[in-house]
Parts: sequence; C-alpha cells; structure tokens
Amino acid sequence: MTYLIRHPLEVLALTGQHLVLTFGSLAIALIIALPLGVVVARNRRFGGPTLAVLGVIYTIPSLALLAFIVPILGLGTLSAIVALVAYAQMILVRNIAAGLRGIDPAQLDAATGLGFTALQRLVRVEFPQALPTIVGGIRIATVSLIAVATVASYIHAGGLGDLLFDGIHQDYPQKIIAGSIAAAVLAIAADLLLRSTERLVRR
Amino acid sequence: MASSDRGAALSLRGVGVSYPGASVAAVHDVDLEVAAGELAVFLGPSGCGKSTLLRTINRLIEPTAGSIAIDGVDGTAYDAVTLRRGIGYVIQAVGLFPHLTISANIGVVPSLLGWGKARIAARVDELLALVRLEPARYRARMPRELSGGEQQRVGVARALAAEPRLLLMDEPFGAVDAIVRTSLQDEIRAIHRELGTTIVFVTHDTDEALRIADRIVVMNAGTIVQNDVPLRVLAAPANDIVRGLVGIDAASRRFAEARPLLAREPT
Repeated sequence: MTYLIRHPLEVLALTGQHLVLTFGSLAIALIIALPLGVVVARNRRFGGPTLAVLGVIYTIPSLALLAFIVPILGLGTLSAIVALVAYAQMILVRNIAAGLRGIDPAQLDAATGLGFTALQRLVRVEFPQALPTIVGGIRIATVSLIAVATVASYIHAGGLGDLLFDGIHQDYPQKIIAGSIAAAVLAIAADLLLRSTERLVRR
Repeated sequence: MASSDRGAALSLRGVGVSYPGASVAAVHDVDLEVAAGELAVFLGPSGCGKSTLLRTINRLIEPTAGSIAIDGVDGTAYDAVTLRRGIGYVIQAVGLFPHLTISANIGVVPSLLGWGKARIAARVDELLALVRLEPARYRARMPRELSGGEQQRVGVARALAAEPRLLLMDEPFGAVDAIVRTSLQDEIRAIHRELGTTIVFVTHDTDEALRIADRIVVMNAGTIVQNDVPLRVLAAPANDIVRGLVGIDAASRRFAEARPLLAREPT
C-alpha cells in the first residue's frame, strides 16, 4: 500500500491511461460488433462460422494475441487497441445476436406488417428489447478488457500494467500491489456500474 | 351495403404463390373481388393457403403470379412499406411491443406517419373507447398487464390507428377462450358496421366465419372452392369439402340459435 499512498498521482495517471485504452477499444469494438451482431442474428449461414472464428480469437491467450500483432503493427497503443477490439468481439457479437434472436417472431411480423422499415424495426422494436442482453455483453467485455489491458503494458501501451511489470523488474512488490489494487478496483467499479445499468434497461 | 368511401375495394387476379423447391403451389390462380366495406372471411383447414393469400395483400409475401389491386391501384405501385401503413394488420399472436405502453403501441403507425403528439393522443383515446377499454385505465399500462382478450383489443386498435380503409386479420381470435372470442367477434362486427372498413379475416373456425362474414371464401389446397354469402355456403355447399366444413358445425349452430327462439316463444 505504501507506493499507492506515496504516489497517488502516478497511479491515477496510469489508471487514466488504462481507462482510455479500455473504453477506447470498447467503443471501437462496439461500432464493429453492432452491425456484425445484426448480421449474425439474421443469417445463420454467416452467423455460425463468424461466431466460430471470433471464438477462436477469444481463446487465444491475451499475451499470445498481443505477440501476434506486434510484428505487424509494432509496439505501442495501436497494437494493444487492435488486440483488445478483437478480443471483445466474441462477447459483444454473441450477446447482440442472442438479444436479437430472443425477440418474439410475432412482434417482428406485426412490425413489418404495420409498415416499419427494416431499420425502424431494428431501432424501435428489436434493439430496445435486446438492450439488457447487449449491456450484459458490454459489462463482461469491459471487465475482460480491463484485465487484458494490464498485459498490454508489455507491448508499451501504458496503463496499470506498467506498475505490475515495473514492480517485477525492479523487485518492488509495493508497485505490484498498487497496480493490482487499482486494476481490481477499476474492474469491480465497472462491473457494478454496468450491472446497475443492466437492471435499469431491463425494466 | 352499409359502407362506402371508408372501405377499399380489393381485387385479386390470378394470384399464385409458389415456394422454390415445393412441388405444389401454396396458392394457385386465385381470382377474387372484395367489395368496398365488405367483411370477407377466408375459411379453410390449416395449410389451405388462406394465410398465405392474406399476406400477399400487404406484400408480406410477394405473389409469384397475378396481381392485387386496392381501389383499382396495383399494390406494387407503392413501395411495400407505404402500402402496409395504409392497411391494418392483426395477427393471432397479437405481437404487441412489450417495451411500449398501450398508448404507444396503438400510436405506433401514426407516429411512423409523422402525426403530431396531440393528434396521436386523441386518436389513441378514441380507439381505446372503440375497442371498449377505458382510456384512463389502459393508456399507461404495459401489454403484460393485460389479459389475452384485452391484448387483442389493443391489437385491433393498433391496426385501426391510421384509419386504414382495409383491415387484414389473420386468425385474430384463435388464441383466446371461447367466451371472450364470441364477444370479440360481436365487437369486430360492430366496429365494421361503425367504420365501414373493408375487412379480410382468416379463420379455420366455421362458426366464426358464419357469425361474422358478409362473404365466405372457402379455400382448400391453395384454391377457392366456394365464394358466397354465409347462408348460401350453409344451404348449398359447393362440394364435399365445403359440406365437411359446414356440416356438423352447422347443425350445432342451428341448434344453438333455435334455443333462444324456443325460450322466447311463450311470451
């Protein structure tokens, strides 16, 4: 705890980096996952193989995933973001597709029959009802990304992982403890926040 | 004929629907005229093509042959979305949107059409009264708080919201219990009389068809086997298929109708 108490600003700055890395990646991941999830939900022939590929990416250990990307994009934040975005796809796409597939087909028939365009139906009927499942996916993805982002420090992407790796290299356990606590607090806070959001949209 | 300009005339010419890979057509060469303001019932066993035929009218299914005109204008003259917004649509499973209040459900087509809030609110109250749900009590409720019969009343109100001149109903009362079904049938007759909307109604229930129809279109194996007023379908079934549909049901119906008459006789 001593490092944390003596250097709160350093820890705070690294936490800020960590947040930017996590939520920046999450935002990009969502922009890709939303249309992908819609297509996966609609088209089973495309959906199955897509989820299988994303599943394979998801099972690659995070350090290995980062290692694969470094030769292509080099060290740094960009590589880390690409890895985090790829890693989050599985969780996000699976939940978006599950949320959309869970909707009563009678509602879809009624909506189309009453004159909704495909987009209006998606925005007004399907997404609002899939939202709790989608937010659930965002929650799991966020917590996972906070964890994976600590490893991304290894390829010079910054964040709280810096404290962990410095602590190891400098044989300075207080740094490791500070980094661990900060990362854990971040993950728990994100989880709680998104859980309450999930409850809010479920009503 | 009670009605007038408030109902659309419907004309089907040589309409066919074949699905790729299927050896027989789901609907084959159907010619049919439904007059403005008429309540026509498609009656037949499941799989006879009656729902498929209904769904070609609002182009949920595109016919593979023939043409469909509403008031003389071919349905393909509009884009499908525009066409559907002008046609009411009620289905057996109701399909209310569970995340929206009753008033938002009823106001959904007017809102797609860009009506103002005040106009939609006034129309919602008018429709709730029409389907006999007290506006003040039901407006703000959610669909899950309503019984099956009440939900279908809302379904009917939703379909009528933008004052369509044609209303399509696909086995709308098939999922509610018998007593509620009878009162809903009476009410759809009353609404039909009041509004003059042309209604095409699909059912496999002969009693229901006899009870509500101006005209019964009996279907079997994708074609029309008889198209006549209820009394003629009952009195002069065109063939064994129609006879089978109206036979035993008709006898029990005649009995049910005779009973109140007998009871009344002494007075």
